[in-house]
Amino acid sequence: MSILKFLHKPQNALETEGRSAEPSVGETEYICPNCHRTLRESTLEEHSWICVCGHHFRISARKRIQMLTDENSFKEMFSFIESNDPITFPGYQEKLEKARAKSGESESVITGTARIGGIKAAIFAMSPEFMMGSMGAATGEKITRIFEYATQYSLPVIGWTVSGGARMQEGLMSLMQMAKTSGAVLRHSEAGLLYITVLTDPTTGGVTASFAMEGDIIVAEPGATVGFAGRRVVEQTTMESLPRDFQTSEFILEHGFADIIIPRTGEKKLLYDLLRLHGGRQ
Amino acid sequence: MTAYDKVRTARSTTRPTAQDYITEMFTGFIELHGDRRYRDDEAIMGGLAYLNGRPVTVIGIEKGHDTIERMRRSFGAPEPEGYRKALRLMKQAEKFHRPVILFVDTSGAYCGIGAEERGQGEAIAENLMAMMGLNVPEISILIGEGGSGGALALAVSDRVWMLENAVYSVISPEGCASILYKDAAQAPTAAESLKLTADDALKLGVAERVISERNIGTAEFYKTLADDISKELEILDKTTDLTERRYQRFRSFGRFEEERK
Repeated sequence: MSILKFLHKPQNALETEGRSAEPSVGETEYICPNCHRTLRESTLEEHSWICVCGHHFRISARKRIQMLTDENSFKEMFSFIESNDPITFPGYQEKLEKARAKSGESESVITGTARIGGIKAAIFAMSPEFMMGSMGAATGEKITRIFEYATQYSLPVIGWTVSGGARMQEGLMSLMQMAKTSGAVLRHSEAGLLYITVLTDPTTGGVTASFAMEGDIIVAEPGATVGFAGRRVVEQTTMESLPRDFQTSEFILEHGFADIIIPRTGEKKLLYDLLRLHGGRQ
Repeated sequence: MTAYDKVRTARSTTRPTAQDYITEMFTGFIELHGDRRYRDDEAIMGGLAYLNGRPVTVIGIEKGHDTIERMRRSFGAPEPEGYRKALRLMKQAEKFHRPVILFVDTSGAYCGIGAEERGQGEAIAENLMAMMGLNVPEISILIGEGGSGGALALAVSDRVWMLENAVYSVISPEGCASILYKDAAQAPTAAESLKLTADDALKLGVAERVISERNIGTAEFYKTLADDISKELEILDKTTDLTERRYQRFRSFGRFEEERK
């Protein structure tokens, strides 16, 4: 151990974890993809799944809702909507079954209403464990429905995006969801209602090119990958070396495509402040 | 013809490109350049013209005819400023109550550092939303490749027509094959699975009409198409709830009627 490390006073419980930290029996450990520290699940849980180095771990849609909305305020809607393999794509049914088993979710997005600091909002949260949040027809339908519901009941919408893009196994039916959701966002917007998107890791492809970029206010989590074309595709096409921060939250903020970057720990407060500023009442 | 044969035909450099349609079907075309934000993207051309005597705004993704022109036009892969130019012209059409005719032919939106820096995703998203609310008739015609979001950004229209050998897909068959089978050579299989032909699009309701290519490129072909568009515009002129119908047109894709308990 270096002398600096020896003298370093941990600022929080996360910092005391090192590569050599001994896990308590039976507890899952996670390695930070950024700084390679080994972290215990319980410690991560305490720190909103943010590493000491600032890396924001990907979290499930349900965990996000639990973390960022008032306790027991979430009421799920439209959970009966599931993909029905619209173009009978070979092997897709099996893939769906695997995704359902792995994630415990029926689709790549969860929709409903919840309160933040007592203020009611319609929400959608996409799930990285369900085919990396890819957008199929059911995903688009659920998002469209939550916007239509919010328009009908004059509610703001908060949406957390995570997506590898359109779901190719649904072909054109997936592509059409970009137009469909955009139409629902437009109607909500024309009713004078607030839509906040929170871009989380990763937000790419057809989701970036539709409802993720259509928010009145676009918030991003630090270090999230946000872009249209995939990094590898850009690399192969241009044969240029890409800037280190290419397609990150910081990159898109610098280029004018996000309003604010906020760590997960300050996110609920920010969302509450924004809702209040737009007349949200408890 | 297999699905992949159609992909190859759609990509063929001998096919008429958007400017051929504009020159042959319209009169008095005046090209308007630039997005008023950054630059003029030549992958998209647009302007004003008469269609059978009626003023219209016409916009097309242009691949170019020879190598030099193709390079200048990025092989028909628009950058964000191309989509923003198209949007500017569509808004202008709305102001002056002109219908918008769009010719779509792209392998996809341009993929590059600059395109990402200038918000390719945002540019497409903005077009989708704006086209959905545009208060004038819009007709999109897919004349070759309909490459994913880059094509959809000019196809959120009241009518979408496809040429017989045009294709429309969420991902290129090569891209799909390399993800699914780790082998781009399996593109023909992927093309089949993706249901990307004009007939597939018609069956799915994504396109309303398939245009025969029997005499593609001839004066008769262009005249028939121009007349068909004029006729369709007359129907759309009489539609009072245009944007509502357009919303419902797209709303119907992936509608789930049955609520399971």
